[in-house]
Amino acid sequence: MTTAVPGSTARTIAVAKELDRVMRADRGRLIAALAAGLRDLSLAEEVLQEAAISALGHWGRTGMPNSPQGWLLQVARRKAIDRLRSAKRGKLQADALAVLAEDEAAPEADAIPDHRLRLIFACCHPALEPKSRVALTLRTVCGLTTPEIARAFLDNETTMGQRLSRAKAKIAAAGIPFAVPEAELWPERLDGVLTAVYLIFTTGYVSAADEPRDLCHEAEYLMRLIDRLRPDEPEIEGALAMMLLTRARRAARIGPDGASRPPAQQDRILWDSARMAEGRAILARAVERRKAGPFQIKAAIADCQMADTGPDWLQIAALYGALWNHEPTPVVALNSAVALAESGQPGRALQWIESLADQLSDYQPWHAARAALLAMTGDHVKAAAAYCHAIATAPGKPEALFLEQRLELLALPKLPLDK
Amino acid sequence: MQYMLLIYNDPAQEPAYGTPAFTEMMGGYFAANERMQADGVLRSGEGLQGIETATSLRIKGGKAETMDGPFAETREHLGGYYVIDVPDLDAALTYAALIPSVHYGTIEVRPLMTYNPAG
Repeated sequence: MTTAVPGSTARTIAVAKELDRVMRADRGRLIAALAAGLRDLSLAEEVLQEAAISALGHWGRTGMPNSPQGWLLQVARRKAIDRLRSAKRGKLQADALAVLAEDEAAPEADAIPDHRLRLIFACCHPALEPKSRVALTLRTVCGLTTPEIARAFLDNETTMGQRLSRAKAKIAAAGIPFAVPEAELWPERLDGVLTAVYLIFTTGYVSAADEPRDLCHEAEYLMRLIDRLRPDEPEIEGALAMMLLTRARRAARIGPDGASRPPAQQDRILWDSARMAEGRAILARAVERRKAGPFQIKAAIADCQMADTGPDWLQIAALYGALWNHEPTPVVALNSAVALAESGQPGRALQWIESLADQLSDYQPWHAARAALLAMTGDHVKAAAAYCHAIATAPGKPEALFLEQRLELLALPKLPLDK
Repeated sequence: MQYMLLIYNDPAQEPAYGTPAFTEMMGGYFAANERMQADGVLRSGEGLQGIETATSLRIKGGKAETMDGPFAETREHLGGYYVIDVPDLDAALTYAALIPSVHYGTIEVRPLMTYNPAG
């Protein structure tokens, strides 16, 4: 067709919209399918982008193909073959060419193998910096743009762009595989993946509600995807359950006065009962598999925080004890001590917290917990000093406001005697 | 892909010659060699003599500076290397973990640069 016909503009717009929809929904899957063969994320992204541009022209002329995803994959593969042939680089490229040549037909959307789990393990490989793992997963699997990721992590765009390029270049140059790890490496690598996804979740959890891309939503999407691609894995279920239980409390996290509230003081009406029920059911299923792990324990702790009659501190203290066997870190010790105090032994807990001073004196929650325990044991003067320190270093305004309220509740002597 | 496994050691941390731990370490090296050879991945590998035998050279402004000792003043020094040919980094890391010095020092895993024969 050489002349413009009425309606062609409308058709172009319709095609562009449809392409946008397909790319939003299936970009991660297409990148994964391409990267698994190419072993090069940058190249996979580039050829998919070129295929999308070709699609605009072709689909406008010939109408939508039966399988838009298959069409994009096939065209992207051909573009990759052209590039690799003209580059004639080393053996890796020859291998990639051989893989690409095997499947040249445009597959139906359902027939495109789902290699996203491989892509996730490549993005979260321990040979990459932790922050790059998170950024790369958001970029390639969730389809966030570089500016969106930069904004979420309070970085500037150029820095984040460089970080992503470096990570992609290292995957290609160091030969990081697009593969689900063997049994030997599985526990360590899975923990790395779950930790990266959880970091995405916590970043979203504490950020303002008006962020354009809700990272909690992205993290939940990722965790559900991982659970679906690798079902019946208790630690994946545990991580998903923890996320659902924590997210269930999100609307109640900050009170009407703008201060953050611990679970015990939250308005339970605001808890998302559907997510709670789903989280509890998934946790129960995981625990039945009798392969305990840190994420299942943390999910159980989140569950105990939300017990019908208020937090079950004795059980929480016992669970932190179990967590210690997996993660003997000062932060776990701190949380153990808080649970011990809440379950009726503030004196012993305070001693324990004081003993962590060397390791945690730069950690704001340590000061907040110490302040609470000093208040509990009646040393209000020292508690006030600790609260002031915790307020000054609080991560956000709601947390600072909560601590200021606690500070005001202290019975401070009108004229403190010199000491 | 070819990877070099660079073995960095702090000699003070290694088991002393003649102790059972030393024998165990040597047995570990022997087993690692055997395994790499049996799997057909071993391209080369050598151990280096101690840093007290090292001499460093640099030429500055056309003038050779020859010095006693290794290049870098660090606790861990290059003690030897393997070159292996394996499909990917995970495979390379699996072989690196077989090297006994991984328990006393650090194994750095680096891909070899590939030259394009076509120019």
